[in-house]
Amino acid sequence: MTHHYDITLTVNGERIDGHVEGRKSLVDFLRDDLTLTGSHVGCEHGVCGACTVRVNGEVVRGCLMLAVQCDGAIVETIEGVSDTGEIADLQDAFERRNALQCGFCTPGMLLTAQELLSQTKNGGKVPSRDDIREHISGNYCRCTGYHAIVDAVEAVAVARAGRSS
Amino acid sequence: MKPAPFAYAKARSVEDAVKLLGKHGDGAKLLAGGQSLMATLNMRLSAPSVLIDLNGIAGLDTIAVKDGMVDIGALARHAAVMGSDTIAQHAPLIAMAMPHIAHPAIRNRGTIGGSVAFADPAAELPACFLALNGEAEIAGPGGKRVVGADDFFQGLYETAIGPNDMLTAIRLPAATPDMRYGFAELSRRHGDYAIVGLAASARADGASLKDVRLAYFGVGLTPVRAKAAEAALASGNLDEAVKALATDLDPSDDIQETGAVKKHLAGVLLRRVAAQMSGARA
Repeated sequence: MTHHYDITLTVNGERIDGHVEGRKSLVDFLRDDLTLTGSHVGCEHGVCGACTVRVNGEVVRGCLMLAVQCDGAIVETIEGVSDTGEIADLQDAFERRNALQCGFCTPGMLLTAQELLSQTKNGGKVPSRDDIREHISGNYCRCTGYHAIVDAVEAVAVARAGRSS
Repeated sequence: MKPAPFAYAKARSVEDAVKLLGKHGDGAKLLAGGQSLMATLNMRLSAPSVLIDLNGIAGLDTIAVKDGMVDIGALARHAAVMGSDTIAQHAPLIAMAMPHIAHPAIRNRGTIGGSVAFADPAAELPACFLALNGEAEIAGPGGKRVVGADDFFQGLYETAIGPNDMLTAIRLPAATPDMRYGFAELSRRHGDYAIVGLAASARADGASLKDVRLAYFGVGLTPVRAKAAEAALASGNLDEAVKALATDLDPSDDIQETGAVKKHLAGVLLRRVAAQMSGARA
């Protein structure tokens, strides 16, 4: 027996009406039903962070939340956050510093890093490298070994702090 | 890894959730933050026929100090607890534990009630709840009741919460100036479940400690109190306390470490936590 539910939500600024199976995860809904394939399906039990998206302004694991739970929610994926230019500087820094290779973890890394950076802008303290490492500790990368990612996030933190002061 | 099919129901109130539990019986599971439950569903370790979503219940996420107790609503998210001035001031042990709990994306969803109710033996919050001798407020078909921490954990993932019950809040004694707290854990990656962890509280009595409560996690089927070590620490003998762990704890081997190594690590953590509680640096 299958169970389907009607949901209405906002994805990347667009109103979406969906009809989803109760067991469907948010990340599967975004990828399969909306063809927003920037968020990836990795471990599917909350360990790797490849499925990271934002729900009502906060990063969440897309594999540990159901699509049906997002009725009425505002969901943002890497596609939306890229289009608005919100993280253009972070994306530039990742490219400049070779902070990505295969790119599988990168959308989750960017959204997670942006959450840290948005907490510390407006004259706030620039996060230390340890702060950055701890903040991204829930996102696995199997290519770069994190060093370049930490470099990129730190560079943006310093640049943004300089800009806002 | 996809969950087996299930029906989804959104509870509008605690009474509604309890009623739905009664209606669906053993096949129902309560969904709070879902950060453990969804993983077990994805791996098909659990296959409920219906999920009762608690996230729409208003007013269950408050954090307040009442009558000398810190009252934390079951739906308070880890991130909110971590950022709470009330917690930092009145429940410092919870504030010490919070940064060790998972990662930002998980703390944004995970709830304190979900963690205590799920009772993972390697999780931080159940051990803190035991170390602080907290109270669980449980709603069931017969109304609300309160269960103390020493009676709450009953076995692996088993608690005093019955099949038709719901945890609605936990209450912790608010910190007083004479209280001392300690927290330490060892894990493979920051934010992962502990290999071994220790949450502790005690009352300062001049230069010594009394009412010591040592709650270990990752060493048994539930969070475990090390009672012989508590007594030794209260008598001021740290070396004896470390030795006493040999009788207090009986960790089994697992994929990460052998029981013998865990026992050794438990002693290492006890020295660190004892130093925290005596005000010295570990």
